[in-house]
Amino acid sequence: MRSLITSVLLGLCCLFGSAHAALDPAVLQGFASEDFGERLAVIGQLGQIGDEDARRVLEALENDSLAIGGGKVLIYDGEKAIDAASGVALEAVPEDIDTLTVNNRMRTAIEAAKAGMALFSTDPTVRLTAATRLRDGVDATTLPLLEKALASEQDAAVHEVLTLAVSRGNLGSGEAAKRLSAAIALADSGDPSVLALLEPRLDASVEPDAAVRAAVADAIRSIERRLAVAGAIGTVFTGLSLGSILLLAALGLAITYGVMGVINMAHGELLMVGAYATYVIQGLFQKYLPGMVDGYLLAAIPVSFLVAALVGVLMERTVIRFLYGRPLESLLATWGLSLVLIQTARTLFGPQNVQVDNPSWMSGGIALLGDTVLPWNRVVIIGFAAFVLVLIWLMMQKTRLGMFVRAVTQNRSMAGCVGVPTARVDTLAFAIGAGVAGLGGCALSQIANVGPAMGQGYIVDAFMVVVVGGVGQLAGAVWAAMGLGLIAKFLEGWTGAVVAKIVVLVFIIVFIQKRPQGLFALKGRFVES
Amino acid sequence: MRTPLTIRFLTSMPRKGWLALAIFALVAWVGVPMAHLMLPESSPFSVSAYTVTLMGKILCYAVVAVAMDLIWGYAGILSLGHGLFFALGGYGFGMYLMRQIGTDGSYGVNLPDFMVFLDWKELPWFWVGSDSFLWALVLVVAVPGALAFIFGYFAFRSRIKGVYFSIITQALTYAAMLLFFRNETGFGGNNGFTDFKRILGYDITSPEMRLTLFGLSAALLMFVLLLGRYLVTSKFGRVLAAIRDAESRVMFIGYQPLWYKLFIWTLSAVLCALAGALYVPQVGIINPSEMSAANSIEIAIWVAVGGRGTLVGPVIGAFIVNLAKSFFTVEFPEYWLFFLGFLFIGVTLFLPDGVVGLWRKLFARKPATETESPPPVQKPAAVPEKDEHLAAKGAAA
Amino acid sequence: MNKVLDPQGVRPEGLNDRENWEGPASDGHVFRAGELDLSHKVILYLDDISVSFDGFKALNKLNLAIDAGELRCIIGPNGAGKTTMMDVITGKTRPDEGKCFFGQTIDLTRMTEPEIAHAGIGRKFQKPTIFEHHTAFENLELAMKMDKRVWKSLFAALSDDEYDRVSDVLRQIRLDHEAERPAGLLSHGQKQWLEIGMLLMQEPRLLLLDEPVAGMTDDETERTAELFVSLAGKHSLVVVEHDMSFVEALGGLVTVLHEGSVLAEGDLATVQNDQRVIEVYLGR
Repeated sequence: MRSLITSVLLGLCCLFGSAHAALDPAVLQGFASEDFGERLAVIGQLGQIGDEDARRVLEALENDSLAIGGGKVLIYDGEKAIDAASGVALEAVPEDIDTLTVNNRMRTAIEAAKAGMALFSTDPTVRLTAATRLRDGVDATTLPLLEKALASEQDAAVHEVLTLAVSRGNLGSGEAAKRLSAAIALADSGDPSVLALLEPRLDASVEPDAAVRAAVADAIRSIERRLAVAGAIGTVFTGLSLGSILLLAALGLAITYGVMGVINMAHGELLMVGAYATYVIQGLFQKYLPGMVDGYLLAAIPVSFLVAALVGVLMERTVIRFLYGRPLESLLATWGLSLVLIQTARTLFGPQNVQVDNPSWMSGGIALLGDTVLPWNRVVIIGFAAFVLVLIWLMMQKTRLGMFVRAVTQNRSMAGCVGVPTARVDTLAFAIGAGVAGLGGCALSQIANVGPAMGQGYIVDAFMVVVVGGVGQLAGAVWAAMGLGLIAKFLEGWTGAVVAKIVVLVFIIVFIQKRPQGLFALKGRFVES
Repeated sequence: MRTPLTIRFLTSMPRKGWLALAIFALVAWVGVPMAHLMLPESSPFSVSAYTVTLMGKILCYAVVAVAMDLIWGYAGILSLGHGLFFALGGYGFGMYLMRQIGTDGSYGVNLPDFMVFLDWKELPWFWVGSDSFLWALVLVVAVPGALAFIFGYFAFRSRIKGVYFSIITQALTYAAMLLFFRNETGFGGNNGFTDFKRILGYDITSPEMRLTLFGLSAALLMFVLLLGRYLVTSKFGRVLAAIRDAESRVMFIGYQPLWYKLFIWTLSAVLCALAGALYVPQVGIINPSEMSAANSIEIAIWVAVGGRGTLVGPVIGAFIVNLAKSFFTVEFPEYWLFFLGFLFIGVTLFLPDGVVGLWRKLFARKPATETESPPPVQKPAAVPEKDEHLAAKGAAA
Repeated sequence: MNKVLDPQGVRPEGLNDRENWEGPASDGHVFRAGELDLSHKVILYLDDISVSFDGFKALNKLNLAIDAGELRCIIGPNGAGKTTMMDVITGKTRPDEGKCFFGQTIDLTRMTEPEIAHAGIGRKFQKPTIFEHHTAFENLELAMKMDKRVWKSLFAALSDDEYDRVSDVLRQIRLDHEAERPAGLLSHGQKQWLEIGMLLMQEPRLLLLDEPVAGMTDDETERTAELFVSLAGKHSLVVVEHDMSFVEALGGLVTVLHEGSVLAEGDLATVQNDQRVIEVYLGR
């Protein structure tokens, strides 16, 4: 492999060798020295020269193909030898040829030198990457390079990174003025590692100049504030994303329990059905449409809805419709249904979790300051929750079916009298609730484990969201889900995930004592309460 | 003339009931021990160690089922958190069993293995006193009792009932399960307690200890049945059933349902805890999965299968379901959940009064006794609940 | 929905003190907490009571006073606030504003339903609510005035006296032949009577009766009217009813409610000729 690369390089050298002004062989002579310090200096010099020949030499050095032979520095791939300075191939390989040994310090220096060269690339993204890489380890050799690059940099983003990098380097400068301007410039940084760099400078024995110390203190405060803001945004974001997950898990239940009053303990298993439907679609795409595998999720959305809705219709027709108005009985019967569904999944797909992959467009994320990254899959989940919410709202408020559902749940016999087919409406409403649960399962498959028992983990959460929000209140479910998500994530920072979850559950239990009707309670005159 | 309490107690059950109880006691306390200890294994009447342990375990389950029925069948409160009280009783006694291991654990230190593993140097404060058998008994009763009392007080005071109550109890046991899964909680995390060696210095695996625990379980079941019988035939039981059927009416004639519910709820929790304490030494392990929602709901199906609102029903239900479970998990493990699932569905749809109800229907001689209130055919409270829901929507419109 | 007050804070002392119940109205105006004080001959005051449900005013500054021993009929179209008024008196609904006193001293807005029942107010619901799985006898036994705390119920047994009292009421409501039947199997009229019987067993000072004769035969209605008239004097009665012939048979003052407040008050003939009442009932 290595020899292949070298021969390619050699070929390139032959092509361009004549066109370029050759390197000064005197510069390269340092490599012949036994002293590593001298070799390092050569690497630094090559980095400053920064042309194609310098790069060629550095790459050869990196690939262990730089050699000394016949008093010259040669690029040698084991068969042919080229003069490193001029790029001209030798007719015969010298007999005393000996490959240069590269140690770790030299490798680091090579990296830095190459990055330094990249600083002057014509491509701004290459410059940005190089500047970012150099920023974290500024030292005496790279600092002049960075300053040189900064002076000629036009691109704003690269300029910013370079300013910070130069400032980091200047922090250790001997001139107080340089240190001062560095400290002031660093106040714009959002990097926790800058904090570690600044903090020792508060000590008078390290930093004799009082003005610089004051500037350093200011910079630390400013960076800490920025990090705190970024952290808070990150927490709010994860809280909202957890809230969206809770909402997706609960929205189907908000229809079947909240609107229809059916206690469906198999709700979690409807999520599971949606997740497995997604898994199957993924498998089909991998097998028959491998080129479009990233699009499987779009196909999985309607499929998971339909499959879960179909299961819902079966459940409603065979069991649940006999139990309207008997909540405790439907609780037990639907629990039975959930066991049957779990075992069915186990029989069909095996007891292990199955692998559902994110499409490639969902990987990565939006980087905020510091370590805070907003992953795309979470962003998509939040958006998807909003989409499902709007879908349900439109369905309930704007369609004839939604009107029928509301009519039947408010006054069944009256609705029947004016010609609403109540039994069919029940079935359809339940199917929609189940289908929405399937959508939730499709979304959950992107961020959580998919297995036969996955639903059991969501059933308590889903009921909590509906109960806290107030039964029959779609808006209540949204507030409750987001509120619980945010509370859980903020607590998590203090207490860890498990304790946060326990605290949230206890909080809900206490909350229900105070507001038994949930957040959005309706008052009224009831026959029996 | 007021009838003395003892006479009323004796007459609260028909003679046949006493006879059945006496036969049960004879079998459990004399028949089984003799068959287990004296008969050679080849004898067809020999009772194996496996059978004694299985039966002892199911007797504990039967106690839980009766306790569940006292609040569900008679007071109309479906708890999905009874597994929690059962497990807490088990953990309470398990702490004592862990201390009885002494230095025989795998690390040879006088600390429970899991604490050594976590690098703890001494017992946490809540383990103080766990060396004492009597303190263990206090823990078994007091901790679940206090938890049930406090939880019940607030829930019933806020008039949480029906499905709401069920869901809240489920959340409670779920939270407790998460708590006990943590290693830092101090109860062995995932693995819980196991590898017990002895009780009061006696070897826990000896046949005598096995029979003692079995006999105690039988005694506890009989005690719970008698207590239940007394409660449901007393005026207290009639008030309870009245609360189940029409709670607001009960309030308007001057009863405070809060205390009635709280009494039976706490009693039921404590009975579960006692059963849990007897269960743990027999099966030899207790871990947080006992607190899972599935376990608690399974208790409800024992009651439903047997017949809710009767006392003997839950016992029959516990035996039917658990014997079926032992059979399936050995013979067809993959079909057990199908069986259980369809049992849930079938019983609620076709056998609302359980096996006992079926028996009564088949051999109908008028409703058994006038004193035992028959189970509700169709829960009347459920319908107004729906009405209320609709009324709320109507008011909003 | 109902805000539940802290029982420790508000329970008037002596409410469960049985000795104080039967005591005569305190002539000398000695204030005794929790005891029914009838010194001004008024047993129930409703003063500017308002209740609203999500903006809908069910009761709107309702004022009402019932004298001790009086038999008062309340009429009014649907939605006039009759049932809500009963809910307020019995503690089921808390008024948004206004006062509600039983006698001179007992503030009903600060008590729970069972406490109000103990203080001496009995209520019959619009829809007969009896314990359907209990026998008629047991229904009456449960309603009987006695210590109703848990501990007493655990060890309670009927004395001969108490047995006789249940039997008397059974005869009075003509259910003595149905005593051992589950109450759910009784006819609608019989259920109404059973609920009235339960009220009698409570020995309340004030009876609230919401449409007591709905579903009864003419014969039963007539007998109910006789019963109520005979109860007046010893007890105070508030009857909500739509059946005008029944109201007529009861005699007594009639109060007309409309949109949550009192529209007219007087004897039946006066009320029936009141122009505003006619408008409310006949046209809008």
